[in-house]
Amino acid sequence: MRYLPLTDDDRRTMLAGIGVQNIDDLFADIPDDVRLKELVDLPRHASELEVERQLGAMAARNTAASSVPFFVGCGAYKHHVPASVDHLIQRSEFLTAYTPYQPEISQGTLQYLFEFQTQVAMLTGMEVANASMYDGSTACGEAVLMAQRLTRRTNAVLSGSLHPQYRDVVVMLSDMSETPLKALSADPEGTEDIIASIDDDTACVVVQTPDVFGRVHDLSKIAAAAHEKGALLIAVVTEVISLGALKPPGEMGADIVVAEGQSIGVGLNFGGPYVGLLATRQKYLRQMPGRVCGETVDANGKRGFVLTLSTREQHIRREKATSNICTNSGLCSLAFTIHLSLLGEAGLMKLARINHANAIALADALTGINSVEILTPSFFNEFTIRVPGKGAAVIESLAEKGVLGGVPASRLVPGQKDLDDLIIVAATEVNTPQDREVYVKALTEVLS
Amino acid sequence: MSMNKAGRPTSAQSGQKSDHPTFTGNKALQIEEPLIFEVGETGKTGVDLPEPEPHETRLGGLERQNIGLPGLTEPEVMRHYVRISQKNFAIDAGVYPLGSCTMKHNGRLNEKMARLPGFGDVHPLQPESTVQGALELIDTLAAWLLEMTGMAGVAMSPKAGAHGEFCGMAAIKSAQIAKGDARSVVLVPESAHGTNPATAALLGYKVRDIPAREDGTVSPEAVKEALDSDVAGIMLTNPNTCGLFERDIVAIADAVHEAGAYFYCDGANFNAIVGKARPGDLGVDCMHINLHKTFSTPHGGGGPGSGPVVFSEAIAPYAPVPYVVRNGDMFSLVESVDAAEGAKPFGRQTAFHGQMGMFVRALSYMMSHGSDGMRQASEDAVLNANYIRAGLRDVMSQPFGDQVCMHEVLFDDSFLKDTGVTTLDFAKAMIDEGFHPMTMYFPLVVHGAMLIEPTESESKAALDQFIATLRDLVQGARDGDLVRFTGAPHHAPMARLDETRAAREPVLRWNPEAPAEAAE
Amino acid sequence: MAEIKYTDDHEYLNIEGDVATVGITKHAQEQLGDVVFVELPDVGKTVAKGDEAAVVESVKAAAEVYAPVSGEVIEANGDLEGNPGLVNEDPEGGAWFMKIKIADKSELEGMMDADGYAKFVAEQG
Repeated sequence: MRYLPLTDDDRRTMLAGIGVQNIDDLFADIPDDVRLKELVDLPRHASELEVERQLGAMAARNTAASSVPFFVGCGAYKHHVPASVDHLIQRSEFLTAYTPYQPEISQGTLQYLFEFQTQVAMLTGMEVANASMYDGSTACGEAVLMAQRLTRRTNAVLSGSLHPQYRDVVVMLSDMSETPLKALSADPEGTEDIIASIDDDTACVVVQTPDVFGRVHDLSKIAAAAHEKGALLIAVVTEVISLGALKPPGEMGADIVVAEGQSIGVGLNFGGPYVGLLATRQKYLRQMPGRVCGETVDANGKRGFVLTLSTREQHIRREKATSNICTNSGLCSLAFTIHLSLLGEAGLMKLARINHANAIALADALTGINSVEILTPSFFNEFTIRVPGKGAAVIESLAEKGVLGGVPASRLVPGQKDLDDLIIVAATEVNTPQDREVYVKALTEVLS
Repeated sequence: MSMNKAGRPTSAQSGQKSDHPTFTGNKALQIEEPLIFEVGETGKTGVDLPEPEPHETRLGGLERQNIGLPGLTEPEVMRHYVRISQKNFAIDAGVYPLGSCTMKHNGRLNEKMARLPGFGDVHPLQPESTVQGALELIDTLAAWLLEMTGMAGVAMSPKAGAHGEFCGMAAIKSAQIAKGDARSVVLVPESAHGTNPATAALLGYKVRDIPAREDGTVSPEAVKEALDSDVAGIMLTNPNTCGLFERDIVAIADAVHEAGAYFYCDGANFNAIVGKARPGDLGVDCMHINLHKTFSTPHGGGGPGSGPVVFSEAIAPYAPVPYVVRNGDMFSLVESVDAAEGAKPFGRQTAFHGQMGMFVRALSYMMSHGSDGMRQASEDAVLNANYIRAGLRDVMSQPFGDQVCMHEVLFDDSFLKDTGVTTLDFAKAMIDEGFHPMTMYFPLVVHGAMLIEPTESESKAALDQFIATLRDLVQGARDGDLVRFTGAPHHAPMARLDETRAAREPVLRWNPEAPAEAAE
Repeated sequence: MAEIKYTDDHEYLNIEGDVATVGITKHAQEQLGDVVFVELPDVGKTVAKGDEAAVVESVKAAAEVYAPVSGEVIEANGDLEGNPGLVNEDPEGGAWFMKIKIADKSELEGMMDADGYAKFVAEQG
């Protein structure tokens, strides 16, 4: 077995050194009647080649995003990741280290977490950020809990244009903790009046921009209305590249910003692992969940970094912790940080312009088809179209023609009939003019 | 006030300075590296992008003017991250015996498999017809986990151990509410991971502590005493955080079930018993499996993890969405509560379908090891821990006497009494010797705890050197060689860091306006 | 004439008339290590004996400070917010946490004096 260094001789010598007869003497505390006598009913060990064959066969049954004209978004986006990112994150020193509990021999991890926190704060226009959450949706749930602690109120108001699966996460948390919640219904036309839902019991208002249908929102008025009632504004961003083009939530009055960071450095991975971003104001620091890294000095006076404010965390506060969270998304936050260091402000803003330009070109091309209507006058790199018939069937027919054309809104919100003819379409820098042409041709054929 | 005596000094003491300072501050391969913000420039970029065609904008008048982020070219970025990486200890570099963390070798085949375009480059919301292999992989891993644990159902989406704990306890809560038997208290032994009480509290439960008996395990009598009709369940780690198998676990499970409560097993230490015992045979109702521990997905400096949860028949119907359904050779996803036929999911815990990248790695690990290799791995992990115990039992002290342990061995600090050396000093001196310290000051119930988990990945030669080193350190402490300890580490990239300063005046980001030291 | 009492939760009460100035003992701060944060109750809040009234955090530990007597919080020590290290420097002087207007003086019965507390600490080892 290629992963197990002990030889049978070693094992015999070691058992003798311990003073037991055989290996089962070390398992004597497991009651005899529940101790497995036989191997479990699974295949025996396999060579690298054999495993590659089997997993390779499964992988081959999937359509990779790079292999087709690809326009799927809704919280996960196909972007090009520079080769150096994946190379660096596979360095043993990053890949096979644990949480940096021994700062003297973990400065690599701690320094990139500090850089990550700084980048996230700058990107979102906030003062401080934590060292990452599992993903955007769970960060959203944690932000609502954080707002509840800060305001000592329970009611959250969720915009109907919040990603429906993010909404489901918050709804589940509120169900399980038996706290009230107001979730507005899906709003593809952008007509909801969320301000009317804010009252004196509101802990927070949760608004996504660009929203799940792609529409861009100015949050300033909502922030002012929330603050007037003593509530907090949580801004959600699922496409973090948009922050290279759009005014950040921090400049529009958001108190907590959560985002999915997958677009920078991480890749699609069929939904995970991703990296959740959570940023807030300095004054709310002590209610911020998750790990944070802070600057300090060592005994020689040299600058260094440590995990800090850990008394908020579960391993010290136990049932009084701000969250039960322990694991973060370390390696994905490293990928994020490296990719963003490569981009810099200049690269990110240009990348954002390319995304926006491609989306405009695609929107114009698709609405050139007679029966297709666009619902989102403002957008970044994603928009919603209405097609005759069922969006899900159209997407399926497009897939048969080798085009992954977007997400049918009905997949995310199965219950709401007026969404059945909507498709949410994303365009990024990976799409070529040819991809666009293929899409328009295929959609024209499907609809005719 | 409540007292916590699990003490360690947390401010920096004067460390030994280098005898021969260099002009640069560098020490050969250890090169000082500023923050990326101090190296980069805002106009610079390391990504070549075409200038987009001139176009109008449709951003609703919300254009951003600047961000302030510096950029770097590829060679600069490579150098920056390679340099800082060299300040990290890692499993690939040396023994990393961090108790309760299972720092085993991360097979590189697993990395390769996760990067196959068919897994790494598929979108979670592609049509199901285009991701059949991805769904097959999830279904296959689920089947392997069920077989290894002897349980009835599994939720794959939880993102890490604590997320899995929430999943299991939420399913238990839902099952009891569905029966019209909502309950308010969860039993948690004092030695539990902090995530257990934190999870229970997040679900609105009150936590009732269970004391351990003298040998470090939980007695069925103590559990029975704490059980009443308010108790929803017990959260018990097995093997426990003292490195011991809870030998009365079946009796505990019976008592819990008799009281109408359920048994949540924290599976953090599953690596000790894979292929040796199945939670399903022990009376467990839910258990999360840390794929990043037991099944070797890399820890990556703190994440990402993955924490699938297995369920008994009674709890399985309440597992969250999404889940994969197999129909012959075809697979489909159940993504909403309303679409769940014959089940009552408690809801959704995360967007999309879980940590696919971790699933691929874990299945690659499991297939590589197979039923025989996984059992052998657990046996070797337990053998290695006991070998360390046997090698150190005459010079270090065990809080519950010298007894067989599972995959980790626990010592306390009584062997350091009157030496002037603390557990922390002892651990820091290990750094100088080229070892990562063990887990310290956990579990909280043991004074100055040192929890050593070698895993199955260590060779006998590595263990022998580890044991010899610790014996030498013990001797050094007894001989009064204090400098070796209190100033340690002497040879690490950094001396001890001032955690007090970091917490009193938190500086959590680089600040462009002012020097970082003066920033708030 | 001020009178100082101690609880077995390692709080002290400096009693003047019907006002108790409450803080944590020198021994308690030694156990906690470097204090980095103190959360104080709102002035005007009424606490019952045994309620969590404040939180004190060091780098490695967090502890609740329980109200040793029932009554109204009439003052909280704002100095601690900016300078939590004062708890280590002057625990039984400048680093008091709060002043409570004692509702029921009989609650003071059974508390230790300085000698009794010293003995109590010594016994705890």
